[in-house]
Amino acid sequence: MTVLVRRDGPRNPPATGRIRARGPLFTARGREAAAGWLMSAPVIVLLLVFLVAPIAMAAWVSVSDWNGIGSPFASGVHAVGGQNYKALLTQPGLPQQQLGESLRNNLYYVIIVVPVQTALALGLALIVSRKRLAGRGFFRTAYYFPSMTSSVAVSILFLYIFGTAGVLNAIIGDFGGQGPNWLDDPNGVLHIVLSGLGVTTAPGALANHGFLGVSWWDWLAGPSVAMIAIIALAIWTTAGTFMLIFLPAIYAIPSDITEAATMDGANAWQRFRKVTLPMLRPALFLVLTLGLVSTWQVFDQIYLMSQGNPAGTTLTPAFLSYLTSFQDQQWGQGAAIAFILFALIVVLTIVQRLIISERRAGRAS
Amino acid sequence: MVNRTLLYLALAAFAVIYVYPVLLDIGTAFKTESDAAAHPLSPIPQHWVVTAFTALEQQDFLRWLANSVVVAVFVTLGRLVFDSMAGYALARLRFRGRGGLFAAIIAVMAVPSVVLLIPTFLVLKELNLFNTYPGMILPLVTDAAGVFIMRQFFLTVPPGIEEAAKIDGAGIFRTYWSVVLPMARPALITLMILSFQGSWNNFSMILVAHSSPSLDTLTTGVGRLVSGQLGAGSQYPLQLAAALAMTVPVAIIFFVFQKYIMRTGEGAIKE
Repeated sequence: MTVLVRRDGPRNPPATGRIRARGPLFTARGREAAAGWLMSAPVIVLLLVFLVAPIAMAAWVSVSDWNGIGSPFASGVHAVGGQNYKALLTQPGLPQQQLGESLRNNLYYVIIVVPVQTALALGLALIVSRKRLAGRGFFRTAYYFPSMTSSVAVSILFLYIFGTAGVLNAIIGDFGGQGPNWLDDPNGVLHIVLSGLGVTTAPGALANHGFLGVSWWDWLAGPSVAMIAIIALAIWTTAGTFMLIFLPAIYAIPSDITEAATMDGANAWQRFRKVTLPMLRPALFLVLTLGLVSTWQVFDQIYLMSQGNPAGTTLTPAFLSYLTSFQDQQWGQGAAIAFILFALIVVLTIVQRLIISERRAGRAS
Repeated sequence: MVNRTLLYLALAAFAVIYVYPVLLDIGTAFKTESDAAAHPLSPIPQHWVVTAFTALEQQDFLRWLANSVVVAVFVTLGRLVFDSMAGYALARLRFRGRGGLFAAIIAVMAVPSVVLLIPTFLVLKELNLFNTYPGMILPLVTDAAGVFIMRQFFLTVPPGIEEAAKIDGAGIFRTYWSVVLPMARPALITLMILSFQGSWNNFSMILVAHSSPSLDTLTTGVGRLVSGQLGAGSQYPLQLAAALAMTVPVAIIFFVFQKYIMRTGEGAIKE
């Protein structure tokens, strides 16, 4: 027992007086502590230099008027307080409007990608986990492989699929239809549906009021046709990743529970709804959390496929932050957008944690 | 019986959605441009040509490849060495501040990587590491998740063997190097796959770490090709050939280490 306590506990092993008298590095305890810090040192230094320091520097830049020339710590750079944040959040103007648009675009992206990729991942995992299934390994590999490839390779593939003379339009053409110019079409799908129903102009109440420089009518545009192509890419690529998270959770469900439910006369849907799904709840929340955090960070695909075009309908906060800094040299504003996005992701994660723990508490009581 | 038919229909549909685009990519890479434009749905070229690949070679492709290899190899080695050392210290060695250090590492894991693009650029400029290989490599070596993976692994190793080594008079580093590390092979392989794949595929961090075309890796080099800064028009065979070529190393790793990769995903939920 004492051995166990000594091994895991923070307590000192009893050192003999003679050794202790010769200084900390000569005791076993002292050597261990020194080795611990020494072995952690490279990681600590890297984290300080390439994570803590950069964030601190960017925090300073976000409240400064640095224009990208020279060092942000040079004497010509001034603190401007919350001005960059104000220009983005409260002052009407182009920066506010662009942030509003990018948040709208990304919101639709999240609203569609997260539920669909989660459902698809769960569906694929349920199918692939069946014991008597020929070619199980093949299907698992096929669905997972896109997750391993680079965003660049997948973006190229989807530019080809969604090109004006690309794969999808060729299929639509075979059925006698004519596909849209996917990546050049800025029309929101909800606006398209509404105009199909005869609503082509915005009601005054929606057109004249808005939020973050974007009218309510434009908030309700839905994802643009171009964004749909990027949404399709995200779902296709990520479903396999999350399938892999569902798989062990499915394998962990004891088969006698499902068998018992079958004997009680439950049909396949009831078994899924009442037995399988509740047991997959932890995996489900993990997938939803990971999905939520990663979909708010979409950057590569935007850079590679659309650069925020057409008409700013595929702009996302991450890409806007890059564009504002690296292209427009508005470093303060660009860094401020990055921190706004950071705050948004942190808040969403906390809210989700709270919902989960509330549910847990609810079930426990 | 109906259920079974439905199941296989669903499987076939998804297999088409997942496999057909890959076949199209491979086939189109060996097509002429006019063939690709005329028959976008056929994965089989009318005439097999390698013009797309020879054109790639003229686009500095081999230089991008070399840069990708340099970045991926050093990032992988760096993470293997540093993450396993720190992971071992956090799991096994007793020192004041260990709990705080571990908490900090967990907190760092929650920082969204895309938020770090501008900050990383700023710090690389300040340290004169912008447009250098270390500037592209070191930010990617910085990785809290790897430390976490290694720590969790070392916690599962029974301490008896280390104790035995200690009793035999081996020092902490000797024990770590010749006793602990060889036992950590499965975790090291998992970390190696994650690091290689992550750095080989990384686009955004490499993008903000350099501006000189001579430092382009496959992702940023091919990325320029696609986003229209190089070459003109939609050269589908060229682009798809680039996508195919840059995927080959990852595909090899995937098939060689498939067992470990499937376990990696499964490990994510163990807790």
